[in-house]
Amino acid sequence: MTAWTALLARELRLALRHPADSLAAVMFFVLVAALFPFGVGPEPQALARLAPGALLAAALLAALLPLDRLFGADAEDGTLDQLLLSGLGPSAVAAAKALAHWLTTGLPLMLATPIACAMLNLPTEAWGVAVLVLGLAAGFLSLLGTAGAALTLGARRGGVLLPLLVLPLAIPAVIFGAAGIEAAAAGLAARPYVLLLAALLAAALPLAPLAAGAALRGE
Amino acid sequence: MLQAVGLACLRGERVVFADLSFTVASGEAVLLMGANGAGKSSLLRVLAGLIAPLEGQLLWDGTEALADRTAHARRLRYIGHGDALKPALSAAENLAFYARLWGGQVAPALAALGLSELADLPARVLSSGQKRRLALARLALAMPAPGSPPAAPLWLLDEPTVGLDAASVERLGALLAAHRAAGGMVLAATHLPLPLPSARELRL
Repeated sequence: MTAWTALLARELRLALRHPADSLAAVMFFVLVAALFPFGVGPEPQALARLAPGALLAAALLAALLPLDRLFGADAEDGTLDQLLLSGLGPSAVAAAKALAHWLTTGLPLMLATPIACAMLNLPTEAWGVAVLVLGLAAGFLSLLGTAGAALTLGARRGGVLLPLLVLPLAIPAVIFGAAGIEAAAAGLAARPYVLLLAALLAAALPLAPLAAGAALRGE
Repeated sequence: MLQAVGLACLRGERVVFADLSFTVASGEAVLLMGANGAGKSSLLRVLAGLIAPLEGQLLWDGTEALADRTAHARRLRYIGHGDALKPALSAAENLAFYARLWGGQVAPALAALGLSELADLPARVLSSGQKRRLALARLALAMPAPGSPPAAPLWLLDEPTVGLDAASVERLGALLAAHRAAGGMVLAATHLPLPLPSARELRL
């Protein structure tokens, strides 16, 4: 356990030394959300209608940005070999990477969600649900993305392959997440959708690190 | 005791070595010799459990070593081509991470490679020789207290002295001698002279 927390602490420390990566993801998210009013027009009703889907699509794309370097940097400088020999199983290494990705990308995206909500004219009573849903969806993507990053490690054009692999698998999170925000905006119960999203996350929690670990072993 | 029986390794489409058998007893050192591409690095990675052999067995004290690769990893230290350092972290922080993984004291390990003065510098400003020394300081972390057996008896070194000055090679020599005296084993691939007295040569 100390080895696992040491790895997580190192990932977070590196992210703090290079805040540009997390900042870039958040800026990307806010900018994509800002593009919608320009494209759709400033009509508030049309924007609010689009908001749930736009929020999820923007957040998932933003969370994808740092993923292709998740294992790449460590593989190039030999750190990945040391991590695989650290006495932690490869799945534990992958789980630490996934959690670090969520803490450095998903969490900042949650904090920036109200800004995006305002720009998309989402009714304020749905903002809380939107923050929660984006946090859960980003967590699901962190897990899928870790498995995808491990699989595409060393592949030529792995950076292009990764979104093609991961985004189709993230479709259920978009469906349940957007439905939850929509329900909250209409004054209906968002709970069932949030629970379904949480169930997706719970299913990916053990499976994705296992898949990522198997892929890292195969390297 | 490490025992390789009929090891073969495939890289890409090519068999780099086949039917390789040898044993390394505690306290012994083996120098891997061979031209570029002969499979020295691949052999070290197979012995570390980082790549699976195509054929053959690796035995540790008579039992299959790679059956539990996580347990096998705990009894070895591997120094690869890459220095596995993060440029944004200081020398001490880089080493402290590995100390938290494996145990060991950071300050004495830095001193063993003559890096005490550079402890607080970020790794990105170190010269390539200094980076290599910092990578080798991971071995010094594995040094046991006098009289006790090494925590990680098997050291696998891939070109450990690349970029090192004479004084640093001597420091590495002292580390290797202490490790062997405590019952550790060393397998090293190198083209440069290594301070490993009475090492056996294994030609690939």
